[in-house]
Amino acid sequence: MSIRKNQQEYEKSRAYRFSRWLKGEKDPFVGVIEMKSQNPDEDPEQFYSQEDYEAIRRHARDYQNNQMIHRYNRVYVVGSIVACLALIVVLIYAISYLPAFGKADSVGTNEVATRYIENGLQETGAVNVVAGMIATYRAFDTFGETTVLFIATCSVMILLMVEREDKRRQLHLDDREFEPVQDEILQHVAKILCPFIFMFGIYIILNGHLSPGGGFSGGAIIGAGMILFSSAYDFPKIQRFFNEHIYVIVKVTALMLYGTIAVYFFYTGANGLESVFPLGTPGAILSGGIILPINIFVGTEVACTIYAFYALFRRGGL
Amino acid sequence: MTTIFMWILLIFLVVCAVAVSFTKNILNSILIFMSYSLIMSVIWIMLESPDLAITEAAVGAGVTSLLFFVTLKKIGRISSEDEKEVENGSAESSDETGSENES
Repeated sequence: MSIRKNQQEYEKSRAYRFSRWLKGEKDPFVGVIEMKSQNPDEDPEQFYSQEDYEAIRRHARDYQNNQMIHRYNRVYVVGSIVACLALIVVLIYAISYLPAFGKADSVGTNEVATRYIENGLQETGAVNVVAGMIATYRAFDTFGETTVLFIATCSVMILLMVEREDKRRQLHLDDREFEPVQDEILQHVAKILCPFIFMFGIYIILNGHLSPGGGFSGGAIIGAGMILFSSAYDFPKIQRFFNEHIYVIVKVTALMLYGTIAVYFFYTGANGLESVFPLGTPGAILSGGIILPINIFVGTEVACTIYAFYALFRRGGL
Repeated sequence: MTTIFMWILLIFLVVCAVAVSFTKNILNSILIFMSYSLIMSVIWIMLESPDLAITEAAVGAGVTSLLFFVTLKKIGRISSEDEKEVENGSAESSDETGSENES
């Protein structure tokens, strides 16, 4: 038989609070979570006066009286359907000329692919042949891709960046201020998930020459983790370890070191010289020559790019 | 068995691709686009290219749709539809925000 508690002690216990919550007498989240409704936007109808709208409605799209628009619309619909069908027919006709999948004499199975599969492990030292192919045989292509990412962020910065903090505030670019900043559910989930996401991204980058993955996928995962972090805890918190200054240093350093390694690799490869990057034993973490450093640099580049896109879209600055 | 699964995935892929362009609600069309990327990443695994599957799941389903959401919120296409729900649902919390605005 259980001991009966007195009333005061019972009111402090969890069971009493739980039963009150079940009955609907008390909501534990009122006053704890910040609940803030969005500010209403400006009414777009206010830009023009009412007479203008009536005039537009009278003249522009008067389908009953305007035979020209009526006829044009019919021709437009028929023409677009015909154009789509023609394009489909042309594309299917072109596909019929492609060699069959897996056929012996098709273009895909020439001596290049055979060499990648047969000699890839000896020449690059990477167990993951795909990573070896991307980072060494096609290092020039991958360098171009990384440069494209760099240029893309530069152009987005030119278009969206507002340099000064006070001007940014004046223009109301940061739409985070219309949202609840202390979203407890999101913050707890981010607190649990973010370390694992970062660790998984770093694992994919460092293990790129041994298992599926590599610089691009790992960098995308780290960038997604940073976006989750910054959307859970506002921007000032992420600026403690990743602000515009650090962004510029990390990004430019990664691209420059990548360029230096790539140029060195091309120079030694073209002249048949011995490279300082040892191939090592296949399967060890420190193996594969230039693949590991290249993966690290591509990963930082991609992570910076993805987070910079988000921050620039969101508040016009990093 | 694998072939049947592959055919089901491919049919879903085509259905998703068509549904993205035929959906009127712009929020739904982004969600369908996300599911398209997820199906595509499963197909990449079945085609034995896990490298691409990881990238497709991270970039296609994650980052691209997130940028879509942010952009649509910036130009006010998502918030205008949610405002009606906010007006109905925030009857209790409106007095708190009102007092904050006055002070």
